[in-house]
Amino acid sequence: MTKELVRLKDCRMDFDGQTVLDSINLYINDNEFLTLLGPSGCGKTTTLRIIGGFLQPTSGDVLFDGERINDLPPYKRNVNTVFQNYALFPHLDVYDNIAFGLRVSKLDEEEIDRRVTKMLETVSLTGFEDRKINQLSGGQQQRVAIARALVKEPSVLLLDEPLGALDLRLRKDMQNELKRIQQQTGITFIYVTHDQEEALSMSDTVVVMDRGRIQQIGTPENIYNEPENAFVADFIGESNIIDGLMLKDYLVRFFGRDFECLDKGFDPGEPVDVVIRPEDIDIVEPDPTHLCGTVSSVTFKGVHYDTIVDFNGFKWLIQTTDFCPVGSYIGISLGPDDIHVMKKSEYSGIFGDYSSYSAEYEEINDPDADPEAHGYEEYGEYGEAGET
Amino acid sequence: MKNRRLAAPYLLWMTLFTVIPIFVVVYFAFSDSITGGFSLENFAALGSYSHIMAKSIYLALISAFVCLIIGYPAAYYIASLPPKAQRWLYLLIMLPMCMSFLLKTLSWVSLLEDTGIINSLLGKLGVEPLPLIRNNGAVVLGIVYNFLPYMIMPLFSVLEKMDKRLLEAASDLGCSPLQVFTKVILPLSVPGIVSGLTMVFVPAVSTFYISRKLGSPGTVLMGDVIETQFKTAYNPNLGAALSLLLMVIVLFCIFLMNKFSGSYKEEVTI
Repeated sequence: MTKELVRLKDCRMDFDGQTVLDSINLYINDNEFLTLLGPSGCGKTTTLRIIGGFLQPTSGDVLFDGERINDLPPYKRNVNTVFQNYALFPHLDVYDNIAFGLRVSKLDEEEIDRRVTKMLETVSLTGFEDRKINQLSGGQQQRVAIARALVKEPSVLLLDEPLGALDLRLRKDMQNELKRIQQQTGITFIYVTHDQEEALSMSDTVVVMDRGRIQQIGTPENIYNEPENAFVADFIGESNIIDGLMLKDYLVRFFGRDFECLDKGFDPGEPVDVVIRPEDIDIVEPDPTHLCGTVSSVTFKGVHYDTIVDFNGFKWLIQTTDFCPVGSYIGISLGPDDIHVMKKSEYSGIFGDYSSYSAEYEEINDPDADPEAHGYEEYGEYGEAGET
Repeated sequence: MKNRRLAAPYLLWMTLFTVIPIFVVVYFAFSDSITGGFSLENFAALGSYSHIMAKSIYLALISAFVCLIIGYPAAYYIASLPPKAQRWLYLLIMLPMCMSFLLKTLSWVSLLEDTGIINSLLGKLGVEPLPLIRNNGAVVLGIVYNFLPYMIMPLFSVLEKMDKRLLEAASDLGCSPLQVFTKVILPLSVPGIVSGLTMVFVPAVSTFYISRKLGSPGTVLMGDVIETQFKTAYNPNLGAALSLLLMVIVLFCIFLMNKFSGSYKEEVTI
């Protein structure tokens, strides 16, 4: 049923002796909505530009429909791009911008008019034909950019953080709009973003990237519920990550206690990372059968309280609708399906500790936060233009 | 209000040396050369200079377009280089402007003369002297040589500022490299082209020294005629009328060129 359309085979990209992408293996099916997700400098835009034909990988192959297209220039690829800052032509009006690609392919004007008019409808810009680009709002420009790329009816549409410059409200609307357009046209979308919420709500498949490598590929549910390492667990949503010891299948030990879990396949006694999502934790009466700690901070977030609990120096984030005042002594209960066990990785020990709560939490929520604060280097991804 | 005070020196300068002189020119143009009373006789005399006027415009236009043909590829090439190389080449383009205009024109004379450097070299090879000087071609050459930097500067600044992502977008939408040029780069550089043409055309149409040194007696240009009226014919009134006519023509040309590039918002300012 699903047909493979694009494949990256062992792609590697070096800029000035620095490796920006390393052993990227990825395939994209026809009709799929795939998102490349990661912090800035992770290599996601570079990956997109390789598929678009603006960059040639240092080594490895780019396959399109089974054919190697490494050396095919962008204008010969059946792929169109919605650029980060739209890159609309300032000397043309809305209509001519959308018709641009069709005129290049020498379609007759009647056919062009039919398709442009239909596309204007699709992106709800009917009546804006004669507007100049600089007379449009950010959201309207964004829709022109999408229309201009979609009207060519490409097999694959590449979107490079297309919603990055829009305000939150508009971004939400456009997310729904994009998802609708993708389902309506059946065109494969490859979408680049650093916004995990955007990735989870729109995609069929999410590819989490960091440091030029793919960290995990999976469905949004899969990525969230079964993160493969501490980076993915931390980047997608909030997580408490604790050092643990896998005693045997389905039994893990941390904080000196044994917990039942659903994970198996580790060596007996293997050190592991244990992920506990803040919303999975139940607060109970403090008694010796439960893990107990002291509440050190509470923040009201609307739907829930962000409660930081201190377990002998290691602080957890708990998201709960129960209000526990600062200083109160509480117990927590964890069911087997609240615990997720991961192999140790290079990211172990970097993420998942809420000891310096306020600073880190703010930064995670801020998509433009300086990635260097995470403790890893930023790679130049788009030359001088940068990512946002 | 404070900002206005900053412009005061310039306003004073403009009033003293541009606005008032223009009124003086207008006054002279409309007055009798003998009595000083109001008269239109200067304008009646303009008719006999129409062929010189036409020739001036013709040679200035040709020079402007030759500058464009030479200057565009040059500006395009410089804009495509890394910033450091750009600075050096830009400096080289500017360098001839630091030299005296008269000196440069005289150097061309000694190059092109019948007994000049080129012809004497050719003579040593047994070639008959070529008619390199005292013709329209030599005048155009002189104008192009002197005013080429004024063409390259605005073109370079437009091309250098051009958003490279637009070129990627065009390529993405199916344009071959040649189509990227004709459909995006060229239309977007129209403001630079218009500005360059204007900056070459305006001084070229009123030039006088180049045509006198490099042209034949037949290639007398407007600038020469005006100079003659003031310096040897002692008819400043006719000279003023000729200047006024030239000014109107130049303004009309600028207006036309701006109209031509009107599809794109930037106006040419000189």
